[in-house]
Amino acid sequence: MRAQFVLSEIGVGLRRNLTMTFAVIVSVALSLALAGGSLLAREQVSTMKGFWYDKVQVSIYLCNKNDAASDPNCAKGAVTEQQKQEIKTDLGKLDVVDKVYYESSDAAYKHYKEQFKDSPLADSLTPDQMQESYRVKLKDPTKYQVLQTAFSGRQGVQEVQDQRSLLENLFNLLNGMNIAALCVMALMLVVALLLIVNTVRVSAFSRRRETGIMRLVGASSFYIQMPFILEAAIAGLIGAGFACVLLVGGKYFLINNWLQEKIVLINFIGWDAVVRVLPFIIAVGVLMPAIAAFFTLRKYLKV
Amino acid sequence: MIRFDSVSKSYPKQNRPALRDVSLEIERGEFVFLVGSSGSGKSTFLRLILREERTSHGQVHVLGKDLARLSNWKVPHMRRQLGTVFQDFRLLGNKNVGENVAFALEVIGKSRAQIRKTVPEVLDLVGLGGKEGRMPGELSGGEQQRVAIARAFANRPMLLIADEPTGNLDPQTSVGIMKLLDRINRTGTTVVMATHDQQIVDQMRKRVVELEMGRLVRDQSRGVYGYQH
Repeated sequence: MRAQFVLSEIGVGLRRNLTMTFAVIVSVALSLALAGGSLLAREQVSTMKGFWYDKVQVSIYLCNKNDAASDPNCAKGAVTEQQKQEIKTDLGKLDVVDKVYYESSDAAYKHYKEQFKDSPLADSLTPDQMQESYRVKLKDPTKYQVLQTAFSGRQGVQEVQDQRSLLENLFNLLNGMNIAALCVMALMLVVALLLIVNTVRVSAFSRRRETGIMRLVGASSFYIQMPFILEAAIAGLIGAGFACVLLVGGKYFLINNWLQEKIVLINFIGWDAVVRVLPFIIAVGVLMPAIAAFFTLRKYLKV
Repeated sequence: MIRFDSVSKSYPKQNRPALRDVSLEIERGEFVFLVGSSGSGKSTFLRLILREERTSHGQVHVLGKDLARLSNWKVPHMRRQLGTVFQDFRLLGNKNVGENVAFALEVIGKSRAQIRKTVPEVLDLVGLGGKEGRMPGELSGGEQQRVAIARAFANRPMLLIADEPTGNLDPQTSVGIMKLLDRINRTGTTVVMATHDQQIVDQMRKRVVELEMGRLVRDQSRGVYGYQH
């Protein structure tokens, strides 16, 4: 097989179908950029989960004397020393518990003052209005239910609160957006596939003279199909290249130069995650059109 | 070289079979005219030899191989030992004469050195020496058919299939083409030629096989186009 001959045939084919080739490149680029984007978004969510779940705890708020009137859980009055001791020993017995911190009402007051130091509300609070609490770090943050059943409704406990549930809403939103991106990607991919199939068909039709002669003189079907498959693969490769540029550009401009400066709290994905996605994009960009072309040709170029 | 054993061929959606129980043998080095009116089955006969179609019943052997048992991926190799020429020449208009012949050799993977040697040789043989650089559009019909024959013969096939090669040519040009085919035949290549050209068949006095409504109705060793009434 002679490379130069095959290459010149590919060049002719790509130029002959310039508009279609362009359409293939654009649709492959967009669908793959979306695919890569949603992969990276998933990565982002999981880094954030890891980052936050590491910090969040389950809080067991204990009753203080002010709660007795306002909260039915605390009807029996403030928590006693004995109740506190019992809760602490029971927490120690549970397997799921990793660490237990005790936060006194003074400490809670201090934290609160720090967090809301500019708010006038903070001035009106006094230490004895704050609740004592146990901050429990779990080995597996999803095992929150165990603590919930063990301690809520217990004497002296006002509320068992899973901080994770506050974050869950955010993650659900991100996941929803991710699924939406995947749906759009799937649609774009279908569009790209149809375009490829159509392009190959037109290409095969416009070169039916050549392929007919090839068949007659005994060219192998591999040899006849090769230029078409490579054409599709090259268009796909160019599209995948654009998709990579879009992803790298997105990471650089959107995350590094904008979001990271605006939102300091979030730990954004690094370049390593982006680089991991790129080979996947290239591989899909090359293989998908090539395989689509192969199956199209089976129908339109008979031996 | 070619053997048909009670071959029938029907196409879907056609109630009359294109070929009915045709048996025939063509030996190495023969020159055979295939005659018959349009729709008599000539084209089907040739397509079966090229294995563009498969038989409905019976067997076709070409170059000692049973075509029904030839797997798809071996078909191209079988076709490399066959040359084909058509009424409409089937040249590539965007390639010059030399490139047209070279194309046939390129796609079967011949080396560049081999192609450079073969193309002028075979163009000389068909009487087009020195016209490598001309485009097919600049040539007369007869010359275009010579290019097509050069292309078919470039790989030195054992068997040359010609489907009405003189159908688009005037009588005088046709004679030239027939002389060329005769010369190719004398090199040992078997030639099977379907034709409507009575004059040519009558002049050449070669074997004539006649088909009518898909049946083999005549097989004469030194025949003429039709029965003299």
